[in-house]
Amino acid sequence: MILTSADFLPVWPEVLLLVMVCVILIADLFLRDEQRGGTYALTLLTLAACALVTAASSRTDVSFAFHGMFVDDPMSDTLKMMVYISVAAMLVYSRGYVRLRGMYRGEFFTLSLFATLGMMVMISANHFLMLYLGLELLSLSLYALVALHRESADSTEAAMKYFVLGALASGMLLYGMSMIYGATGSLEIPRVADRIATGSANMTILLFGLVFVVAGLAFKLGAVPFHMWVPDVYQGAPTSVALFISTAPKLAAFAFAIRMLVQSLGHGSLLIEWQQMLILLAILSMAVGNITAIAQTNLKRMLAYSTISHMGFLLLGILSGTVSGYSSAMFYVAVYALTGLGTFGMILLLSREGFEADRLEDFKGLNRRSPWYAFLMLLLMFSMAGIPPTVGFYAKLSVLDAVVQAGYTWLAVLAVVFSLIGAFYYLRIVRLMYFDEPVDTTPIQSDFGVRVLLSINGIAALVVGIVPGWLMTICQRAMQATL
Amino acid sequence: MTYSSIVFYAFSLILVASALRVITARNPVHAALFLVLSFVTAAGLWLLLEAEFLAIALVLVYVGAVMVLFLFVVMMLDINLDRLREGYWDYLVPALVVAFAMLAEMAAVLWGKYFSLGSMPPPAPLPANYSNTRELGRLLYTDYVYPFEIAAVILLVAIVAAIALTLRRRKDSKYVDPARQVVVRRRDRVRIVSMAAEKPRTAVQETEEVTG
Repeated sequence: MILTSADFLPVWPEVLLLVMVCVILIADLFLRDEQRGGTYALTLLTLAACALVTAASSRTDVSFAFHGMFVDDPMSDTLKMMVYISVAAMLVYSRGYVRLRGMYRGEFFTLSLFATLGMMVMISANHFLMLYLGLELLSLSLYALVALHRESADSTEAAMKYFVLGALASGMLLYGMSMIYGATGSLEIPRVADRIATGSANMTILLFGLVFVVAGLAFKLGAVPFHMWVPDVYQGAPTSVALFISTAPKLAAFAFAIRMLVQSLGHGSLLIEWQQMLILLAILSMAVGNITAIAQTNLKRMLAYSTISHMGFLLLGILSGTVSGYSSAMFYVAVYALTGLGTFGMILLLSREGFEADRLEDFKGLNRRSPWYAFLMLLLMFSMAGIPPTVGFYAKLSVLDAVVQAGYTWLAVLAVVFSLIGAFYYLRIVRLMYFDEPVDTTPIQSDFGVRVLLSINGIAALVVGIVPGWLMTICQRAMQATL
Repeated sequence: MTYSSIVFYAFSLILVASALRVITARNPVHAALFLVLSFVTAAGLWLLLEAEFLAIALVLVYVGAVMVLFLFVVMMLDINLDRLREGYWDYLVPALVVAFAMLAEMAAVLWGKYFSLGSMPPPAPLPANYSNTRELGRLLYTDYVYPFEIAAVILLVAIVAAIALTLRRRKDSKYVDPARQVVVRRRDRVRIVSMAAEKPRTAVQETEEVTG
């Protein structure tokens, strides 16, 4: 009944982040526009401090807090660290971009941090209520971020679509959760799993709930046939926000899927039920994502379809139903976040005042303009396509390995075929960069920080691909200790 | 008939009558006031069910806040009453269909297996000093303190987002900041320049200029 200090110790990073958001919110009021660098520095410092606290308090066992509402396990620590890194990289990449578009305001930073808090709540949720509240905190912040570029009608339209469809998805999720509550009599994840394992739950109602929960989850991940919002939102949103949506929230969505499907509904016949649903979602996502991406001329829209196909691959890892499958899915989503950051970072780098480098033509002849950036983009595209020795290859390989071991060889073959189709549009960008004459010959200008981070990001796609063992070990350890 | 059942029937009668008047009243202000009456009587019914916190919350939130806002809107808008009454009876048939469908659904639930009176026995009587409000507060601030705080953060995000998306400074605003006005110094407004003195013109010169 009474809260003790043991309740607050695991929640330290969340508490720190919330306090710092409030500090930044107030401190920003006293800063003039030309002093906004202070807000930026404070935001990055906050993320670094949260990373330090998370690293210092990470343990190899599982601990609960707040009457089973909150769980601190190795998976949550690992995913939170990845979220901090990708949010910080997003802020560094987008600083110049948002400054030129009148979005360089305190709200950009506070809303990003609120979204980060939402992701952390989701990642550490041990209760359906917390999963839902974390998701809403994340989504509401993202809706506002998409609409933050007020002069752009496209952004407003994208925000409206995102909001309406997101609300619909939340509704479905809640409906599913209420049915699971009706069938099992609890919302706490271990208890739900317990009731299902002992067979004291009504299976018909449970199955109904499962369908709604999977539909809601597919909406949030952007898996086909619940994908219609993804391309419009990616294209309409300011590029820095599209970068944000496509990276860190996917990590949180992975945690959501693990908590919801594996930890609470992963027993016996239910496992087989949602495996079949995910097989359908995965095949459709890979097919529609990869084939539709070929027809796109807008790079942001193409990347949106590429995200859809990557989410299909992620679902493959989860549906294999084994711990090695879950850890390879975690590896996959981390690698996807890494390459997504770099690719959108490159669009941000080439954009300037009044000009968005989001068409394929804008990348023509990049090698003439800057061989180094063209090389980095080449690495990122190779990684997205899954060409060795980049990290994308290893990520795809480990997921396929898990799928084959789970006995779905035909599914693995299908996934390889769709990946081959997908390789076409990634390699098309490489061709445009190296073999075409540049259309746009403006010199590329950027901050020192952006250049360094983008170089690290691109090189990481190669280096982690050559020595993938350590990241894979981190993911495996996290999943083994958690499940 | 016990005292509580007399109160129940009295409140129910008032509730049904006022709900009917909400949709039949000619004046929208009257309709809104009848809605207030039905909320208050519903709160009375909840009190009978020993849900005193919900009853007070209904009065405070719906009557105190939502309906007052609603009345403001109704009074501010210039509503054409004749247009509002048009086609009132045209909707009778679909309205009846919907009403009967809802009635059938409620009957199916209440006479069904899970929610019939037999499977829902009356709860054990609570001790005299039992307080709903205290119990709710205790739960919210102990077991559910974490979701409670996160819900508060969501409200904070809503405030930040609403202001970030709607606050605009008007470019054509004639607003003058009094604080900046009083700190003005003479040298900000008046500039004294020294220049060569000019010879004042005589009256003869001026008449020459006019006549050309």
